[in-house]
Amino acid sequence: MAELPNRQETLSLDTFMRGLWEENPVFVMLLGMCPVLAVTNTTINALAMGLATTFVLVCSSLLVSLLRDWIPKQVRIASYIVIIATFVTMVDYGIQAISLELYAALGAFIQLIVANCVILGRAEAYASKQRLHTTLVNSLGMGAGFTLALLSLGTVREVLGSGTLLGIPVFPADFQPWVVMILPPGGFFVLGAWLLLFNWLRLRKEHKARAQLEVSAHAS
Amino acid sequence: MLRTLGGIAMLSGLLVVLVYRLTLPIIAENQRVLTEKAVFQVVQGAVMKHDLVLTDQGNLVGADLGAQGIRLYAAYDAAGQLAGVAFPGAARGYQDVIQFLFGYDPDCECIVGSKVLKSTETPGLGDKISTDAEYLKNFEALDARLNPEGTGLANAIVPVKQGTKTQPWEIDAISGATISSNAMARAVNEAAQQVVPAVRRALADLAAPQQEEGR
Repeated sequence: MAELPNRQETLSLDTFMRGLWEENPVFVMLLGMCPVLAVTNTTINALAMGLATTFVLVCSSLLVSLLRDWIPKQVRIASYIVIIATFVTMVDYGIQAISLELYAALGAFIQLIVANCVILGRAEAYASKQRLHTTLVNSLGMGAGFTLALLSLGTVREVLGSGTLLGIPVFPADFQPWVVMILPPGGFFVLGAWLLLFNWLRLRKEHKARAQLEVSAHAS
Repeated sequence: MLRTLGGIAMLSGLLVVLVYRLTLPIIAENQRVLTEKAVFQVVQGAVMKHDLVLTDQGNLVGADLGAQGIRLYAAYDAAGQLAGVAFPGAARGYQDVIQFLFGYDPDCECIVGSKVLKSTETPGLGDKISTDAEYLKNFEALDARLNPEGTGLANAIVPVKQGTKTQPWEIDAISGATISSNAMARAVNEAAQQVVPAVRRALADLAAPQQEEGR
């Protein structure tokens, strides 16, 4: 994991990409596991949850960054929570207006975005110290990383668990769906498999880097 | 410090109220469409409906007359015969108020269907009240006969511990979702105590075959 900068970061591509890969909130930092496991049983649920979280994350990070010089240290957490809760309530009404069926499928997890530690973590560790434009880019990256993670769980679980993708059948009619995949245990299985893949990739990269270092040490 | 907190709270309030006002009509419309769909789910065989309002005096009048009260739906089958009456119920569950729609069949004098309209019950536990097939069988023929005076149900609908249902007016609760199933029982009982007497009184009017209304 890259070190969290305590000084103001200059905007670069890395500001965005960190959230997608190096500091991916789900696969690397293991934050916000509750919605990751709970609402990824279909692709559309995962996408809706990811977008809702991204919206709250981006908006609240922006506001926190904007107000960072006015919020006294002693009441910062309370202020962040109020800001986050405001945007969650807005998303809550927004989703009800878009589709009540989607709202019913996401259920209590929309309200629970308030307690999503990805968002509070961003506010505390990044937005409260950084300028507005880097915060915007960074939180967009984090949101994209979160949505991507949710989608990678959601698609696998929907394809295996119901034999469909976005509601469209992808297997021949005699495919027997693995019902366990859309049930809670399926969430753990798929998450575990993805974590395995990500850790393997990370270890391989470290291994390569070390090998290269040794080679250059020998050469000198 | 106080000024900051106050400012943030005010900004938050402003935003929430703004979004609330903006989305209110859209949500109400969605709710209406969903409720209307639910009417045909809780009353089997119904194809059209007529909106009614139960006034505080206990009279049933057409919703188009602009009276205030609980909104009911008289549902008719393809032949224009009264198939049943759908009525709403609500009770406090584990998280928040749960809203239901129930179907009443005047022929068997019983509740014949149920649907959860709005619920924030715990996923996997409390939300079983809308998914558990065994539990939902309780609401397929739930006794709702009137007492001889016609003022309320002959037997109040009560929840009982799972597996101990002996009477047709008892509801077998889900173990692990006791609060939610009790709330559902309370909702159906309270609503039925009010609605069923009024429906029985107005049955002659309601049963008149409907042709042109409620499409």
